[in-house]
Amino acid sequence: MGRLKFATVWLGGCSGCHMSFLDLDEFLFDIAAVADVVFSPVGCDLKEYPHGVDVCLVEGAVNNDENLEAIRQVRERTKLVVSFGDCAVTGNVTAMRNMIPDGANMVASRSYLENADRNAMVPVEAGIVPTLLPAALPVHAVVPVDVYIPGCPPPADRIKAVIQQILEKGTAHLEGRNIKFG
Amino acid sequence: MSVKTLTIDGKLISAHEDQTVLQAAREAGVSIPTLCHLDGLTSVGACRMCLVEIEGSGRLLPSCTTKVADDLSIRTDTDRLRGYRKMIIELLFAERNHICAVCVANEACELQDMAIRVGMDHVRFDYLSPSCAVDISHKRYGVDHSRCILCTRCVRACDEVEGAHTWDIAGRGTSARVITDMAQPWGTSDTCTSCGKCVQACPTGAIFAKGMTVAESRKDRGEIGFLVTAREKKQWVV
Repeated sequence: MGRLKFATVWLGGCSGCHMSFLDLDEFLFDIAAVADVVFSPVGCDLKEYPHGVDVCLVEGAVNNDENLEAIRQVRERTKLVVSFGDCAVTGNVTAMRNMIPDGANMVASRSYLENADRNAMVPVEAGIVPTLLPAALPVHAVVPVDVYIPGCPPPADRIKAVIQQILEKGTAHLEGRNIKFG
Repeated sequence: MSVKTLTIDGKLISAHEDQTVLQAAREAGVSIPTLCHLDGLTSVGACRMCLVEIEGSGRLLPSCTTKVADDLSIRTDTDRLRGYRKMIIELLFAERNHICAVCVANEACELQDMAIRVGMDHVRFDYLSPSCAVDISHKRYGVDHSRCILCTRCVRACDEVEGAHTWDIAGRGTSARVITDMAQPWGTSDTCTSCGKCVQACPTGAIFAKGMTVAESRKDRGEIGFLVTAREKKQWVV
């Protein structure tokens, strides 16, 4: 087997999962020894998600049309899709707007109109500013997911356990306190 | 008092005739998962987590409300039961807004622990994401309906142990809610004695003490059982 093509993507989340990924510290060297990081907001400067990716950690809920397009592309081009953290697995905080009637418009108007100091307007720019979906969804509600890593954020040990399992047997499955949400 | 002899998970055990299968199993060291059960309160068999298989019967029975009987052969941990238990927990998570990351009961929640126990690493069902109110009109406590699993432990603790019956359930199905008095703000309740038994009995963060951080917000869910044992048996067993 050649070097593993490893990616991470950041959808509707706070990047806390990626910070936790960086908490892997020296284990990052072990990953670098066997894998090429082909796409990642914290490990690569490419803007276009490549073809033929082996493993992708997906942080965040599917929250806007850009996320939706991204996750479909990720699924199409990736062997093993990993829901990485509570927002990806459950929707979590990103999906709290789902419980508000007309949540997408309500959160936009709360953020950009009510709380604005000046120039109050909801940003709109077709093709540049992504539009919020009616509801923020967990990744597996949109595309099939192979591995789940709960946690907000998942502690580095938990991420390490998953990556080690993937390196050893091609997939991973967490149990016990390792699947604790929150 | 007569003694009944039965088999639980292949173990031959004896139990008092007035014991439930759940009590007999726990005495014999067999752990059956529960959510709506709380020692000291009447069992209602609502959550269905403690369902067991009884040989010769096609029906699954809740062990918390099923009395022991001679020659019963009971299975508490089969593939079928594990499958249902996991599904029940997933449905509970799907029905309200259980967001552990922002919950005051994080790390001290029976629902969260049960999800770990049944191996729930994601929820297969669509989230209903209902609009749920938060009532913080009471001076010391609050209720967040997003986190309620309708176990009715608050209702029973308030009625059976405190004798106030401030809590009850209104509505049906997914629109059922725990209510105080005549579905009015908790702070305006005439019957609430502010004893806090409902707070201790609640398995999740639905009923909580105000002004506490997540780390401070640890409940003593054994308090109800302790009080009832003290009252009924005059045993002050901590």
